Amino acid sequence: MRMSAAVPATRPRSAATRPARRRAAPALPVYSGPFGEAQAERLLWRAGFGPRPGEASALADKGLRGAVLSLTHPPRARLEGPGPTDSKGRPIAPGDAWGHDHLWWLDRMVRTNQPLVERMALNWHDWFATGDVGATRLNLAQNSLMRRRALGSFSALLTDITRDPAMLLWLSGTENSRDAPNENYARELMELFTLGAARGYTENDVRQMARALTGFTNDWSRGVGPHRFRFEAKRHDGGVKRVFGRRGKFDWRDACRLCLENRAHPSYLVTKLWSYFVPTPPAPRTVSSLSALYVHGRYEVRPVVEAILMHPDLHEGPRLVKPAIVYVAGLLRTRGRPLTTESWTWLSHLSGQMLFQPPNVAGWDEDRWLDTATICGRWKAANTSLQDQEIDTGDQTYDVAETPEAAVSSAIAFWGGPGITPETRGRLLAFSQRCADGIEHRWQQRSYRVLRQNALRMLVATSPDFQTC
Amino acid sequence: MAHHHCRDFDRAAFLRGVAAEAGRGLPAVKPGTPLPAGTGLSRRSLLMRSAGMAMSIYGASALSPGAFEAGVAEAAAASPNAPVLVSVFLEGGIDSMSVLAPTGDPKYRRLRPKLSLPDGAGSAFAEDDRLRWHPAAASLAALHGAGKVSVFPSIGYDHADQSHFTSRHYWEVGQTNANAATGWLGRYLDRVGTGANPLQGLSLDGSLSPALATAQAPVAAIEGPGSYEFWGRGVWGDVEEWMHEAFADIGAAHASSPGALGAAGAVAARAGQLRRDLLPFRDDADGNKAYTSPVEYPAGDDFPERLAGLAAMLAAGLPIRCVALSAGGDWDTHDNQEEDFADSLKLTADSLAAFQSDLEARGLADRALVLVWSEFGRRAEENGSAGTDHGAGGTAFLIGTRARGRMVGEFPGLGRGLDAEGNLRATSDFRGVYSGLLEQWFATDAAAIIPGAAGFARPELVR
Repeated sequence: MRMSAAVPATRPRSAATRPARRRAAPALPVYSGPFGEAQAERLLWRAGFGPRPGEASALADKGLRGAVLSLTHPPRARLEGPGPTDSKGRPIAPGDAWGHDHLWWLDRMVRTNQPLVERMALNWHDWFATGDVGATRLNLAQNSLMRRRALGSFSALLTDITRDPAMLLWLSGTENSRDAPNENYARELMELFTLGAARGYTENDVRQMARALTGFTNDWSRGVGPHRFRFEAKRHDGGVKRVFGRRGKFDWRDACRLCLENRAHPSYLVTKLWSYFVPTPPAPRTVSSLSALYVHGRYEVRPVVEAILMHPDLHEGPRLVKPAIVYVAGLLRTRGRPLTTESWTWLSHLSGQMLFQPPNVAGWDEDRWLDTATICGRWKAANTSLQDQEIDTGDQTYDVAETPEAAVSSAIAFWGGPGITPETRGRLLAFSQRCADGIEHRWQQRSYRVLRQNALRMLVATSPDFQTC
Repeated sequence: MAHHHCRDFDRAAFLRGVAAEAGRGLPAVKPGTPLPAGTGLSRRSLLMRSAGMAMSIYGASALSPGAFEAGVAEAAAASPNAPVLVSVFLEGGIDSMSVLAPTGDPKYRRLRPKLSLPDGAGSAFAEDDRLRWHPAAASLAALHGAGKVSVFPSIGYDHADQSHFTSRHYWEVGQTNANAATGWLGRYLDRVGTGANPLQGLSLDGSLSPALATAQAPVAAIEGPGSYEFWGRGVWGDVEEWMHEAFADIGAAHASSPGALGAAGAVAARAGQLRRDLLPFRDDADGNKAYTSPVEYPAGDDFPERLAGLAAMLAAGLPIRCVALSAGGDWDTHDNQEEDFADSLKLTADSLAAFQSDLEARGLADRALVLVWSEFGRRAEENGSAGTDHGAGGTAFLIGTRARGRMVGEFPGLGRGLDAEGNLRATSDFRGVYSGLLEQWFATDAAAIIPGAAGFARPELVR
């Protein structure tokens, strides 16, 4: 994830313990410029995985407000088009085969009719970044929780995550008992999930919070693995704790509540949420308006997301590097192609993002998607997305008189006509012309044009224009 | 059941993510929330600024593949025997008391009832008879016996921060400053590197290491040298070559643009150059390596494979100066530590020993030093889950034929050697070690790179 801005500092501890004061939300500005296909295209990449064929124009017809509401209130979930297979045409096995959990989710990103729900599930996966806990069904169950709670109450999400079996395993929740405290979840609950590092809590709060979070346990048996996750009063430390300057016999539900009520929380949540959609930091004014919206809405996420998606900063501000999995899913979604190989697992890894395997509990580094290694991975992903679509040099129907300009336009149209800058178009044209100039023999007339078109499609898909949105 | 991580290490993400506007520096950061070096100056502006630097040197075509190629060739020719430093990160905070177990300390078995080394296990550590090498570290112990390893039995800094994010950041930037935006090796490269040699700072983990984050000089990241290829389906011959050039050219056309386009463009331009430099190392169609290693490395893991590739690249004369990579393995051992620790340690030690033999076999050993480090050690007392929580003083190793091979600082002991929180006190400071390496290995003024360098004791590190 990215924190787009330094999160506002909190007051001294005594103040940090009080719930945020309720006040009228200052109005949030709404983008009022033209909303055409270009704007709809950006929105679909920021709030989803890019347009399917024809989708940008259909969304543009709704106008900004209608477009945003159609994303935040999607139709009943449906996966459209053929389902995923491995390279031998067999169905995937997300619960059993290594890497197929990744394929399973990637396929949903490609085929969903609820792109924002799927994108929010991805955002929550980054937020509560849980890696492989050695029991895929538990990771998948957590994924389903994040999808179910995608646009709902953060309070409910936090409560469910805190007792989620995958999370209990990942951050040692079931290892944390009255007799043997383990600080793992307590620290991250505050540092990463609700408050931000060194905002509104101390090292002592970490230790005290760990006591409040004691009591979870699970069984383990051969063949079944971890199961029967539960809270047991006898493992819970029932004593008085001091957290954020407050005293009480706090338990895990209190722990969640205390974090939500900490005045450092709303600004942390809205700033972090904003960072998933907009690359520039929100103005302090925006943070306080969004925070007020969030608190007034009793921790509902949907209104905050709607305000961000309609905000001028999203539509008028600078471009954003597409997260690796968004880029990868978008390659297929844009072309309306299904997953037909398990190679997407390692291709996504090379591109810098393997689902269910975040680099650490803080999730992926949104400021470092592109470097010389990951751009090579993205190239390979684009190349694989073109499997079975390359034109054969033996194709006698290919236009032997295709001009350099027509070749470039055709390659851009192949990807659904994404916005391409004049700089890129100029270089594409220069390449196209160079290929034409390179024709020395009669037999090259057609074959060079075919090779050129295959190459142009790669150059469009890997251009800085298509890597960003 | 595998142990669990707190996994906040490599906080590469999070607050380091506080993005600055291009060219306008970093926003203020709250105490305790360090940016990873290179953030803000990252993608967006780091790369763009590097590009800008190159532009000012070479003019408008600076980012064409040709200019970088010339830069790499010049750098290789200018100093073929330049010293190389390899930084190996043990990510997560290695339990130093399990690498060199203080079995001779009277408090050891009481603090480590489940995790203590069995009597007689491992081998003696010649420089301190209280300590014994873990059996899985045998190859490292052997290197030490041959005088090629300087051991730091409790390295760190005063008032160690127990957040993976913060402590790692300090080590990466070479100062205890949450706001520092460039890595310590990056600052060295900014001083001595060139504007056209991205190989001078090479990350081998498939993403940029913050220790290598520069303000200006270009650096590169690859997974391994063998797989760095850009094949296009249905494209070959002249058209393929022109496609590769066009890919880099399109990037260069954007490299001086602000924001994400510029960042993506600069990366593409650099990738085009790197592809050319690494052509000789590309795996063949059957996935066979284009190079052979004179020694055998442990199989089946990225870490030894990357070290093997690195040795081959050094042997080929590529102008590599500073390298960063992470060792494989799980070091953030909060639970059931023994399950993975020994395997991780053995893989790491065996890989490092193989790399050392490789360099020696290739006649390169006097050119390279390897610094192995971790963000902190772990608490002296084990926790209730047969694991260990975050601590303070940890361990580091400096490996090479040119390493002095003598212990730096002493093991502080488990009595007075522990601080109020029960963590080992540091007996050497990482900033003093960095300063020593800059001066003794790179012959560079440390004061220009490590803030307050004059105030840190300089261990003798190099011979």
